[in-house]
Amino acid sequence: MAEKVLMKGNEALAEAAIAAGCRHFFGYPITPQTEVAAYMSKRMPKIGGTYLQAESEVAAINMVYGASSAGMRVMTSSSSPGISLKSEGISYLAGADLPALIINVQRGGPGLGGIQPSQSDYWQATRATGHGDFHILVFAPSTVQEMVDLVSEAFDLGDQYRMPAMILSDGMLGQMMEPVVLPEASDKPLPEKPWATNGTRGGRPHNIINSLYITPAELEQLVFERFKKYDEIKEKHQKAECYLTDDAEIVVVAYGASSRIARSAVNTAREQGIKAGLIRPITLWPFPDKAIKAAVPTAKQILCVEMSMGQMVDDVRLAVNGAKPVSFYGRTGGVIPTPAEVLDQIKKLGGVE
Amino acid sequence: MAVVFKKPHALTDAPFHYCPGCTHGIVHRLVAEVIDELGIEEKTVGVAPVGCSVFAYNYFNCDMVEASHGRAPAVATGLRRSLPDGVIFTYQGDGDLAAIGTAETVHAATRGENITVIFINNAIYGMTGGQMAPTSLPGQVTQTTPYGRDVKIAGNPVRVCEMLATLDGVALAQRVTVDCVKNVNIAKKAIKKAFQYQMEGLGYSIVEVVSTCPTNWGLSPIEALGWLRENMLPYYPLGVYKDIKEGGENK
Amino acid sequence: MGKITIDENVCKGCEMCVNACPKKIIALAKDKINAKGYHPAQCIAPEQCVGCAACATMCPDVAITVER
Repeated sequence: MAEKVLMKGNEALAEAAIAAGCRHFFGYPITPQTEVAAYMSKRMPKIGGTYLQAESEVAAINMVYGASSAGMRVMTSSSSPGISLKSEGISYLAGADLPALIINVQRGGPGLGGIQPSQSDYWQATRATGHGDFHILVFAPSTVQEMVDLVSEAFDLGDQYRMPAMILSDGMLGQMMEPVVLPEASDKPLPEKPWATNGTRGGRPHNIINSLYITPAELEQLVFERFKKYDEIKEKHQKAECYLTDDAEIVVVAYGASSRIARSAVNTAREQGIKAGLIRPITLWPFPDKAIKAAVPTAKQILCVEMSMGQMVDDVRLAVNGAKPVSFYGRTGGVIPTPAEVLDQIKKLGGVE
Repeated sequence: MAVVFKKPHALTDAPFHYCPGCTHGIVHRLVAEVIDELGIEEKTVGVAPVGCSVFAYNYFNCDMVEASHGRAPAVATGLRRSLPDGVIFTYQGDGDLAAIGTAETVHAATRGENITVIFINNAIYGMTGGQMAPTSLPGQVTQTTPYGRDVKIAGNPVRVCEMLATLDGVALAQRVTVDCVKNVNIAKKAIKKAFQYQMEGLGYSIVEVVSTCPTNWGLSPIEALGWLRENMLPYYPLGVYKDIKEGGENK
Repeated sequence: MGKITIDENVCKGCEMCVNACPKKIIALAKDKINAKGYHPAQCIAPEQCVGCAACATMCPDVAITVER
């Protein structure tokens, strides 16, 4: 049994990636994700891995593209403005069916925004991490332990479905220290990648990694096939934690850092006799609409709480589909909502003043 | 009689999509001949750019990766750091290498990234129909400099080999052309050396090939060769700008 | 003594070989049009070919095989 250690979210995440067999990291400094890169720069040389500080986020994601083409388990990390720069490369990864892990330690935006925690990149992560018809896997941990646990899952599913995966963290989870059990270094072999461009050794036909398809019918067919894959993922890999939702009349929906606050508010509400519960999406894409739908029958009110002006609430409304009222509470710009604020909202919805 | 010249093995059977007389085809063949002669096809991975040679991945028998515009050196870096005994090359045009991809180019070069870069400089954007390139000459008429490139407005051309030769990570920077048999042979030697330097682990090597674009220059292929000699070579002198083994200021 | 074989279907009639041939024995076949719509190059005096491969060296479409 591995022992518990006290670690920062960003560093625990990096160590988990190494345990999952990642030996290639390409990044560019940006607050508040810098510890991920700094940790990798310390560890990679000692285990025969590659840490390379690129000249920009754009270059870093394209180095990831190159290493993934060669069949490596590879990652990069950044924060909101840097993810915007990487979005071109993420689109190309998706278009070339390349797996890679991208970490977004979110901060406030738009523009340079701020450096305090935020959840205002939900739309970017789940809707438009680049141009074109595609999705990436998006995971939203809410504790340092979960951050660690989701890293290997993100790598594995990315490899299985040949697509990029993102861990949508934020400045709070990244900087926070919590006790964590690190995974043992995996000794299971990484999946075979017969499509990789690592040399035609032995004279197999040449492999091509490419996202260009000039014939519309060919491109359409390829996108159709990708969307079939996406449908399978939506069916099999939705993940959410349901907390006190069995009889919940007020169902709060929150992910990542804001779910920690929401949970605390739900607990207090229960103490005060309000039947509140929490649905915490763990996968943001695929969005866990099954869990939301399951909570609709008992719910009288649904409240979405985010550190943004309301982005995930769109997906909540789509899942609820008008069956019950959905309201939203959020703070943005790096301001973190307090449990008292969320409790107030729950009370209002429950008709308790 | 014996066959003394045929299509190299490292080229696929796919016919080139290039316009008649475009020198891309000559340079593709030279790269393939070098891959054949060095016996490295099975461990070579090429990176194709965005621009006229975007389909280069269809033409080489080695593994190929298609990069986004300008990012070939970064993609090649990812491959380089993943395949220690691989031979990695990029094939890039002037817009890709010297405009949108300047940062990736300069930093791959200064890191001494152990890759080989084949750079086609034809002073124009071909694929998009003949707009000004970073290497378009002062006064050159293009679709987006219809009155000739006015350097007061559009700025000056970039001399890539001269610029990169100042960087410590560069093992070889040589400018060649393919306007005649003699120069094609010189170009091939340079390309071969660039691959050999990589195999010896010496660092970044670049061969700039001053090339033609008959279609967008509005000239016949033969006239284009003349235009290249009269206009491009004075601005982009041929020669070795850096060679860490054999020494090397220009010529 | 040499011999060239031009793949007519790959030739784009660019005349780079015509221009390069030191014997001036390559010309476009004006009476022929290939599948791409070009007049392909042909050797008009095969007996004079020395197999120098200048044509093949300059051919951008790798359409020429040379024997000597």
